[in-house]
Amino acid sequence: MSDATIVLIVMTVGTFALKSAGPLVLGDRALPLRMQQLVDLLPAALLAALTIVSTMGDGREVVIDARLVGLLVAGFALWRRLPFVVVIVVAAAATALTRLIS
Amino acid sequence: MPLMSEVDDAARRRAIHRQAASIVAAVAPFGIVFGAAAATAGLSLLQAVGFSSLVFGGSSQFAAVEILGDGGSIASAAIAGLLLNVRSLAFGVIMAPALFGAWWHRGAMSQLMIDESTAVGAAQLERRWRRYGYLVAGLGVFVVWNLTTIVGHVAFAGAGDLITDLGLDAAGPAAFLALLWPRLSATSQRRTAIAGASVALALIPFAPPGVPILAAMCGVAAARLGPSGEDPDTRRTGERAS
Repeated sequence: MSDATIVLIVMTVGTFALKSAGPLVLGDRALPLRMQQLVDLLPAALLAALTIVSTMGDGREVVIDARLVGLLVAGFALWRRLPFVVVIVVAAAATALTRLIS
Repeated sequence: MPLMSEVDDAARRRAIHRQAASIVAAVAPFGIVFGAAAATAGLSLLQAVGFSSLVFGGSSQFAAVEILGDGGSIASAAIAGLLLNVRSLAFGVIMAPALFGAWWHRGAMSQLMIDESTAVGAAQLERRWRRYGYLVAGLGVFVVWNLTTIVGHVAFAGAGDLITDLGLDAAGPAAFLALLWPRLSATSQRRTAIAGASVALALIPFAPPGVPILAAMCGVAAARLGPSGEDPDTRRTGERAS
């Protein structure tokens, strides 16, 4: 079995457990307040870490390349409240253009 | 008045369809990028579609595939992916009252629990419309997400140059930032994001792929659940997490 298949199986079982815990087990009961606050904050830390690592990471090296230009343009597009699709397209276009020029 | 409520029902249904349609359209390019990323990381088409249908959680799929492609371990890929889905627990708590029915029915509906379906569902006021919005958005995203995964995998398989030439390697970071963006207006969320990004960036040279992301998450969790984690909005999460 390949690594990817093992990860797929583990994530399928684990993710379904996380998704169905509320509807199947908790019902109408709410999590303790502190846990709820943590669950509410975790995605911010993770998405920020993923953004940085996928922009500046290359294995174990920190690199600054055309992806960073794409990310800055994406940030500008989000600040201008442009739709999700447009944000992705302008980020990709800015990155492609930067590579073309340099 | 039955006639009036029938008109209201039709209008409500149309409004939900509009919301779901724009969200489904927004997901499509992301699905193509995921298919391409999976192909680049060496996953087969069957494995890529397996992730999109069985796991069905956008950012977690990206995280796992990215770590696998970077040569990370099985454990770091699976744990990073699962940690990204911890928020499904909170979604489950929010949506549970609307997802009524037999236990196997509730279980089946849970598979559609993602950011988009929860967002559309939770935006409705009445229980039956919360359920309807959740199901329409969830099923719409499920179908489009899997179709675009196939397109991305087939069209970009083994074409790493094409991905960099078209700048598609910046689409992932841009999508993560777009998912993060709405959270940044809250101070505690913004501090958490800055702390998470700082920890991850600082650890890239010193830890295997995947670990910086895990460390960012664990650092924030430790800071929040630590002995003095009583006052979340005035605490200095950044210093504690790093």
